[in-house]
Amino acid sequence: MALLEIKDLTLRFGGLCAVNELSLEIEEGSIRSLIGPNGAGKTCVFNCLTGFYKPSGGEMLFQGQSLVNRKPHLITFMGMARTFQNLRLFKEMTVLENVMSGMHCRTKAAFLTTVLRTRGQQREEKQIRDVAEECLEFVGMLDKKHYIAKNLPYGDQRKVEWARALATQPKLLLLDEPAAGLNSDEKARLIQLIRRIRDERNITIFLIEHDMGLVMKVSEKIFVIDYGVKIAEGTAQEVRDNPRVVEAYLGKEEEEETA
Amino acid sequence: MQQLFNGLLIGSFYGLVAIGYSMVYGIIKLLNFAHGDIYMIGAFSGLVFLSIVSPYIGAGWPALILGMLITMLLVGLLGVFIQRVAYRPMLKAPRLSILITALAVSMILYNTVMLLSAGRYRAFNVEISSESFYLGALRLTETRVVLIVAAFALMFIMHMFITKTMYGKAMRAIALDRDTCQLMGIDVYKIIALTFFVGSALAAAAGIMAGVYYGTIHFYMGFLIGLKAFTAAVIGGIGIIPGAMLGGLLLGLLEAFGTQIPFIGTQWKDVFSFAFLILFLIFKPNGLLGRSESERM
Amino acid sequence: MAETKKKAKLTNPFEGIVETLFRFFENKTYLYLFIGAVVILLVIFPNTSSRFTQEIMTNLFFYIVVCLGLNIIVGYAGLLHLGYAAFFAVGAYTTGILSSVFGMNFWLTIPFSIVAAVIAGLAIGAPTLRLRGDYLAIVTLGFGEITRLTIRNLDITGGAIGLIGIQRPVLFGITLNQISHFYYMFFILAILAIFVSYRLHDSRMGRAWEYIREDEDAAAAMGINVTTSRLYAFIIGSAFGAVAGSFFAAKMTAISPDSFMFIHSVMFLMAVVLGGMGKIPGVVLGCVLVVLIPEVARGIGPYRLLIFGALLLIIMLYRPQGIWPDRPAISSKE
Repeated sequence: MALLEIKDLTLRFGGLCAVNELSLEIEEGSIRSLIGPNGAGKTCVFNCLTGFYKPSGGEMLFQGQSLVNRKPHLITFMGMARTFQNLRLFKEMTVLENVMSGMHCRTKAAFLTTVLRTRGQQREEKQIRDVAEECLEFVGMLDKKHYIAKNLPYGDQRKVEWARALATQPKLLLLDEPAAGLNSDEKARLIQLIRRIRDERNITIFLIEHDMGLVMKVSEKIFVIDYGVKIAEGTAQEVRDNPRVVEAYLGKEEEEETA
Repeated sequence: MQQLFNGLLIGSFYGLVAIGYSMVYGIIKLLNFAHGDIYMIGAFSGLVFLSIVSPYIGAGWPALILGMLITMLLVGLLGVFIQRVAYRPMLKAPRLSILITALAVSMILYNTVMLLSAGRYRAFNVEISSESFYLGALRLTETRVVLIVAAFALMFIMHMFITKTMYGKAMRAIALDRDTCQLMGIDVYKIIALTFFVGSALAAAAGIMAGVYYGTIHFYMGFLIGLKAFTAAVIGGIGIIPGAMLGGLLLGLLEAFGTQIPFIGTQWKDVFSFAFLILFLIFKPNGLLGRSESERM
Repeated sequence: MAETKKKAKLTNPFEGIVETLFRFFENKTYLYLFIGAVVILLVIFPNTSSRFTQEIMTNLFFYIVVCLGLNIIVGYAGLLHLGYAAFFAVGAYTTGILSSVFGMNFWLTIPFSIVAAVIAGLAIGAPTLRLRGDYLAIVTLGFGEITRLTIRNLDITGGAIGLIGIQRPVLFGITLNQISHFYYMFFILAILAIFVSYRLHDSRMGRAWEYIREDEDAAAAMGINVTTSRLYAFIIGSAFGAVAGSFFAAKMTAISPDSFMFIHSVMFLMAVVLGGMGKIPGVVLGCVLVVLIPEVARGIGPYRLLIFGALLLIIMLYRPQGIWPDRPAISSKE
């Protein structure tokens, strides 16, 4: 059984169809990408998956359980984490506090235990901190844990966002344009990081990307959508050779590469 | 029948105030607590105007209509001024800040009038015949008929303004997406200012009409109506202007008939409206005319 | 685009001094010594002062308790509450009715008043917070007014006259009826309130509120239940208010609807916003100002609310973080 299964997902805003009967499957332990031209409906797919948008039709199954009508926080609790296209860090808080937010859904201290500061609560606080620090170390940001998030350079803020997503201890990680705004050096390290997340932490990766080079290098299978409709799927090579994809999207890109 | 008429009359006051409430919420997502005070200030300005002009032209219909127009203009400008000084600098601030700002504005308006009026009830004297006549079983006075006609006329004009003019369209567009409108070359701040002008003017008109209807005015009169107007706006669907009118009329009717139910006397009238607000928030949060926001959870 | 011009920041004249103080108290020993000294001063205070000053100080402690409760809702969770006096009234009347009508021991009434506040908080908060956070402002405003009208209209609450003959609390065989007794009682309550506020702030719950304040969507994506967290804050804050109300009833022995007007809710909110929302020392400072300014400047009498309204507007426009300064950014936030 696939980890994530999307069947005939449709999302309409008024009369406009942002996603149209999209179906795809993501196997456990894989790295998958969703690509498409600007405005093809990629982020809409993510927003449906994570409960921020309510789809107009179709079914989404995560580990066999439906995601339709589930609130975002419950979906995160089920084991699906996301990053945002335009960084959504808690800007005024420290890096460590940012990452600690990921542990919220894995812990449970409530009013009385907090006020009495019971031993269980103290243990839990330490655990939250330990996990957050471990995630920061994984992305190489542990030395900056006391910085206020908004004071970090852009590339570092991205890393904090990944650490924050990892701290929710997901089975599936959704990355929304992870390479946006990164230089080529940072992109190379990003590819490594994505592989490490999959290999070392056994987390399945589903990413949306603009940057074709990155997608081709990192993902084992690619889905291409245009105007909310899936037009192709396959390996990097297959997609590259698909005439519909070339027509919709890659045409210009290939010309640029050969030029 | 009598209750129906009374309900519609009171409801039209609620509706006129609710329009401003709803428009401002629609356009800048602000719950304008000061809106009830604007209504109260409208009533007081009308009274001041009448007391100035009545030695010359009396306090009959001509003076009243003139007073209403001038008050609407002045209070409308006051609304724009408040918007410029207090709200505009806060448009990008956290929501909590602008809400507290609105509360501060309300406190300032309310306490200023309280000090000026020495906290007393003031008689709203007009020289209009109060003789009643009957239309079937319905007991009417000239005042009531003129008031209800005027209120509905204002609502109708408002509706035409919103649906048929460029400004109305711009308002609705800004309510949908302020940033895009800015990019499209719409002067967003001008439209916001206009919204405050129109909303405040309507509230002022309602204030004067309430003064004529009840015969006395008080600095405290804006507090409850602010609450009722919010209830009306929620019933109709907040941000939707015809909804605000509909909600106002409906709330007026509900109160008129609600107080007839045994055990719910007039002293429970306000409790009744509030309970209604809570019920609406539970069962029909988008209001009667509101589309359910299906896309966004 | 005309809005790009920087708005003038009102600088705090004491910024420099405060900065030095922050550095000084970075050393925990100094901080504890200072706090200890303040506590000792406050403990011996009743022996050296008049009844009148004790009354004011008791009022101040009472304000600190109430406003720290309100601060959980406004400062921590970022929700505007305009009917806090109503929750305060729920507590006061629960104790009042149970004590004067049913003759129940004061201490036993407190759990009832907490339960009553939680129920009221759920009834108001659950439907409202599910929608938009800012609806809460007006719904609480309405609730405040409705509560006042209800206690005015009901027989069991004594109508407009209110309740009299609420029993004095008895502690260790001593009936608490002196002003110094209440001074100590509210002093202990204020310390408890500060303690609970600190613990909540530095915890999983406190952080969740902060995440939600910063970015609601990102918080939800991190697995935080936004509605429930807000509801928690609302209910905890309401319960705080109810407990304070119970003690208020015990101190006054008579309560009437006039003690729970909208204006009281506004004064509580003033104290929270003036000093600095979400900051415990800020709230305490705000309480000091709100309680002491009218006592010191008696002449402002009728203009009091107008002045407070203008002050509130100025604070929001020029210094929304309140009078109390923010911690310098670099200081280790361990």
